[in-house]
Amino acid sequence: MITTTKGLMDEALLKKREGVIDNDDEYIAWVEYWHDNELVHRSAHVILKKMPSMGGSIASF
Amino acid sequence: MANIQAMCTSFKVELLTGTHAFGTAPTRATTAADSFKAALFLTSATINATTTVYNSTGEVSGTNYTAGGISTGAFNAPTSTSTTAFTQPTASLTFGSSGSPLTLSTAFDCVLIYNSSQGNKAVSVHTFSSQTITAGVFTLTLPTNDSTNALLRIA
Repeated sequence: MITTTKGLMDEALLKKREGVIDNDDEYIAWVEYWHDNELVHRSAHVILKKMPSMGGSIASF
Repeated sequence: MANIQAMCTSFKVELLTGTHAFGTAPTRATTAADSFKAALFLTSATINATTTVYNSTGEVSGTNYTAGGISTGAFNAPTSTSTTAFTQPTASLTFGSSGSPLTLSTAFDCVLIYNSSQGNKAVSVHTFSSQTITAGVFTLTLPTNDSTNALLRIA
């Protein structure tokens, strides 16, 4: 069963679409379920790979 | 032996634990860690390095999303490897659930981490490719908590 805008629906009644974005900063996997050409569910999972660091510096006398 | 000028690595870690105060510091009622939250912002918002405090302007809105976002839960104890101090939340950030599905119809691409114990002061801004959610769940899985990947690193 899939949570949708129309309540719980049997996955067999839905058309599933999936996609991935993968680059140096992130990996995103999303899944959509469509019913009669209407988007009824979309979830996304973002994996943050690496964040920029905060740099510290000091001065010389 | 030789002397080498440096910012002490222990100091970097201690910045993450609020040990040093060069200016007027807030009064702390406890030595416990502060509480932090994560809020999502629309692609049209202006959240960046100049953001000083959480504000709902430009924040996402929708079914089962509460303004202000969600608690990040506990952070890993700040530590260091080589000369870099680092920390990040111990668990992924999940918005919505199967029992309370989220609907965010307008595209968003940003999460603001802020300190809800200290007047909602901003901590960091993290962006990703724009997303919408329909009766679903949005999960942010954090990078490896180490000196080259962690969410918060002072190098």
